[in-house]
Amino acid sequence: MLEIKVTDTVTINVDGELAQVPKGVNVIEAMRVVGKEKEIPHYCYHPKLSVVGNCRMCLVEVGNPMRDRQTGEAILEENGEPKIGWAPKPVIGCATNVSEGMHVRTNTPNLIDCRNGVTEFLLINHPLDCPICDQAGECRLQEFSAEHGRGYSRFKEEKNVKPKRTRLGPRVTLDDERCILCSRCVRFSQEVAKDDVLGFVDRGTYSTLTCYPGKELSNNYSLNTVDICPVGALTSTDFRFKMRVWFLKRTHSICTESSVGANTEIWSREGKIYRITPRRNDAVNDTWMTDSGRGLFKEFESEDRLTSYSVDQVAKSLDDAVVATRALLKAGSVGVIGSAHSSVEEQYLLQKIIKQTDATCEMVQHIGEGDGLLLSEDRTPNLRGAFINGLIKQLPERELGQLKASIEGGSIKTLLVFNQDLEQLGIDLGKLKESIQVIYFGNSKNTTSERAKVIFPSLSVFEKEGTFVNQNFILQKFKQAVLPPVGLMSECGVLKAILHELNNEAPETAMPFMDELWSEISENVEILKSVKWSAIPEEGFALEDASFASMNFVETQNLKYKPNLVSKTV
Amino acid sequence: MNFLDYIIPIFYALGMVSVFMTLCAYSVLAERKVCSLIQRRVGPNRAKIPIVGHIPILGKILTRLGIFHPAADGLKFLFKEEITPQHVRIGYYYLAPIVALAPALTTMVVLPFGRYIDVNGMVQPIALANIDVGILFILAVSSLGVYGIVLAGWASNSKYPFLGAIRSTAQMISYELAMGLSILPVFLWAASPGSDYGLSLFGVVQAQQGLWLIIWQPISALIFLVAIFAETNRLPFDMAESETDLVGGFHTEYGAFKFGMFFVAEYAHIIMGSALFVLLFLGGWHFLPGVADPWPDGLFGILCSTSWFLLKIFFMIFFFIWMRWSMPRFRYDHVMHLGWKILLPLAVANFVFYIFLIAFIDNLTY
Amino acid sequence: MAKTKVLERKPLTFSEKTYIPQIASGLAATFVNMFKKSVTLEYPEVRPVIPENYRGVPTLVKDPKGRVKCVSCQLCEFVCPPKAIRIKPSEIVDEESDRAHIEKEPAAFDINMLRCIYCGLCQEVCPEEAIFLQDSFSLSGYTREEMVFGKEKLLKLGGTLPDNHFKWDKKKSAEENTEKDH
Repeated sequence: MLEIKVTDTVTINVDGELAQVPKGVNVIEAMRVVGKEKEIPHYCYHPKLSVVGNCRMCLVEVGNPMRDRQTGEAILEENGEPKIGWAPKPVIGCATNVSEGMHVRTNTPNLIDCRNGVTEFLLINHPLDCPICDQAGECRLQEFSAEHGRGYSRFKEEKNVKPKRTRLGPRVTLDDERCILCSRCVRFSQEVAKDDVLGFVDRGTYSTLTCYPGKELSNNYSLNTVDICPVGALTSTDFRFKMRVWFLKRTHSICTESSVGANTEIWSREGKIYRITPRRNDAVNDTWMTDSGRGLFKEFESEDRLTSYSVDQVAKSLDDAVVATRALLKAGSVGVIGSAHSSVEEQYLLQKIIKQTDATCEMVQHIGEGDGLLLSEDRTPNLRGAFINGLIKQLPERELGQLKASIEGGSIKTLLVFNQDLEQLGIDLGKLKESIQVIYFGNSKNTTSERAKVIFPSLSVFEKEGTFVNQNFILQKFKQAVLPPVGLMSECGVLKAILHELNNEAPETAMPFMDELWSEISENVEILKSVKWSAIPEEGFALEDASFASMNFVETQNLKYKPNLVSKTV
Repeated sequence: MNFLDYIIPIFYALGMVSVFMTLCAYSVLAERKVCSLIQRRVGPNRAKIPIVGHIPILGKILTRLGIFHPAADGLKFLFKEEITPQHVRIGYYYLAPIVALAPALTTMVVLPFGRYIDVNGMVQPIALANIDVGILFILAVSSLGVYGIVLAGWASNSKYPFLGAIRSTAQMISYELAMGLSILPVFLWAASPGSDYGLSLFGVVQAQQGLWLIIWQPISALIFLVAIFAETNRLPFDMAESETDLVGGFHTEYGAFKFGMFFVAEYAHIIMGSALFVLLFLGGWHFLPGVADPWPDGLFGILCSTSWFLLKIFFMIFFFIWMRWSMPRFRYDHVMHLGWKILLPLAVANFVFYIFLIAFIDNLTY
Repeated sequence: MAKTKVLERKPLTFSEKTYIPQIASGLAATFVNMFKKSVTLEYPEVRPVIPENYRGVPTLVKDPKGRVKCVSCQLCEFVCPPKAIRIKPSEIVDEESDRAHIEKEPAAFDINMLRCIYCGLCQEVCPEEAIFLQDSFSLSGYTREEMVFGKEKLLKLGGTLPDNHFKWDKKKSAEENTEKDH
């Protein structure tokens, strides 16, 4: 279990009730611990960014136990309770850290007035854009105006006119009139993305957010500013006007771009994915995500997608394909090219097949340049899962080693390929001996699928459920967001069917449920022995990684990962 | 008897039947139109037949009057799907409508609807069969109409038709007594002992050349009117088919053409009843009580008198319809009470009264 | 406890007992009714009077300047109880057009009239006053596809309605008239 290291707590008094909150957090976080009813409205505060306090919405009344100036002793009331010195004016909660004995009030009439006032001032120059603004439905200004707004405007002058629908970058659109100058985007660009391109120009009521001259917001984290913008000033150009957010169903998933395993949320409606946003996970990705990871769902909408099981390039049913596969696997001399894109369950089932057919398995590394933030060098989400399941014992190389020689030498009769293109692995398909039969698991047509005898189309990460193990050996669950193409089963189901066929058992009619599968996995895999599918928490399950301490994984330091450098033995 | 003696009555009969059936069909339309007028709405006014309906102005007027609806109704009954429920007794089921319709058509045989002067200068009735015992024939044959209802209710093998049939049977046989008794004074009045007329209807009409019998015998007229309402199963004596509590009564299980026959039988009975009432009490084809007929003898006179007769029948049909849509339905025990405990004693008393009265008048004028 | 009031019932007179006077008065009442004007409305030759605020077929309206008012905010799609409305929003791409400042318009706007329940919630919720339930009430079609009204049909049914606000025009004139440098 990931443990939030709660070392110290302090006792504070919230609206007359005592509560234990972690020491040193600000009042907003403390209120969040206490309970949802106590949540304090705020715009500019973000738990992962520095505190500026320029929106003034999180005003609370605080009071600390009074101490005598000279003696330093606590001043007491008649009944022995410490006398509380209330601050003369409300203070902002985001900048006030809790201390022992602090009294906080969150809902006095004065504070309600303050919030109403702040809201009214924010709405003075805010344009009437709700019908056309993409943020409608997830806009903090809308929500807090519903709660604290007046309902009508008392502003008699003309509203400010500022540039609208300007292009900040290739993926971000800015509408200056809607900006409430919270500076979340500015702070993010400076502190997290380390790409200082945004800032405010002009003063007073004409303050405007712009890119600095000559620069544009084009780094790989630009869409995070869109996520954190509390109003519709910064919007995603790709998602612009596609769909209203209240229609979209949200599903928790994992980004498969790299081994960081950023927690994501898939927004979909009626089987079509509209956008992907990050989820908060303090151990994996804070609240951020790369831009490149957000566009992965588009790959699966291409024309080349394989949509039916086939034998000898003729569409067949699953049973026919499984029977053909069995024949091939029973023939012996099986080689398997596994994939680090597969989930832990698929790799486990693949390992079972490998054991049963006495096959040799190798994998290939997919490496890219890491950016030290949320894009690691290892561009596969589940390499460590392959280790855990025993598919490979050493780190994969760029090309196949022994297996390539076996293939070209002809000692392999059947090749089971997962999500790879043999051409890219350096195997010349033209020279491949005719006798080698290929069983291909993949999702789009390529040269390997055309050479394959049996094709099992694979599903994208959005169309199935499973788990990945990320760079920190955290086991994370992803859920199914949309339905797969008609007639396709997940790879788990296919592999299970192949296993049944190899063991001459009757095929299961139902999909393998994850609970049953995981009870089998936890029995057979040492590291996963205490895991139950339904008990895997939302923030992931940290696995014991001591046995892999000697591996030199390719990731260098990024946001949440520190490599333990092992000196290479000479 | 030569060939023509056979043919002419057949054509005569066919003609009468067709006229009668047309009258039935249009009395259905009249019912619908009158009831809609009473209810302040427009009745049927949309049916149009191919050629005649498209005549420029006349066609439109006729359509708005709903003249072509009986054609629509008739065709509907003819072409609807004939369903025979599984649970009915087949023989009686098919027999019942026939038994219901046949008496109605048979009784019109003896109805005189005009008079002509024959070669001998004698006034003769225009009737299909001018028989001496006209009224007896009518009473006897129309009593057979009860069988139709009984058979329908029995054959249907179902609650509501059974109840409807039982009630209707009881009602009809109760009121037959009162009806018969109430018109005896009429015949006493109309025919002196030993005359040629006897029980014939023509005699009664001939006797009304002066004042009509409704003025001489109002109570008989009233009893006969009430009894005729009961005999035809017409509101306020609607027991047989009280739609609100018996679904359809005895004709619940019937559809399409068989129902059509029941339907037509009911209106045939109404027309018969109206014709009888007109003949017996309203002076038949005479002009007005106490006023001599203004039309000349000869063909024109025949046409006029027959038309006047038909007009009176129409008025009576209207009266039937009018009554139906103005009166609530009698409760069943009230029906029996009225029939046995009020009308029957009243009819007997009426009869006795007129016996004495006629004897007294005869003695005076002797 | 309510006080019971005992009604005096007068015994019937002889003539009343025969019920003939009552029958006669009943007959007279119905007879009089025969000559009163009928209350039938002879549809379809005579159309009924449509009251104000009648909820007929939902339609999309244009403002007096001939501009489609709908900006495809999809609020009506959300609030529609039987989910009869389906909208595909899109951008107004042409920067030169006089509607560029509105930024959004519907590419497709379908109302499935076989699902519509004429509740008027879409009219109530529309922030642009773009969808109105107007007078027509008798719809028919031969196929289900025909009964799904697209944007063109809805605009045709809707016509032009007066506009009290001209919200986007005010916006545009504000944009044009502000001094740029300050």
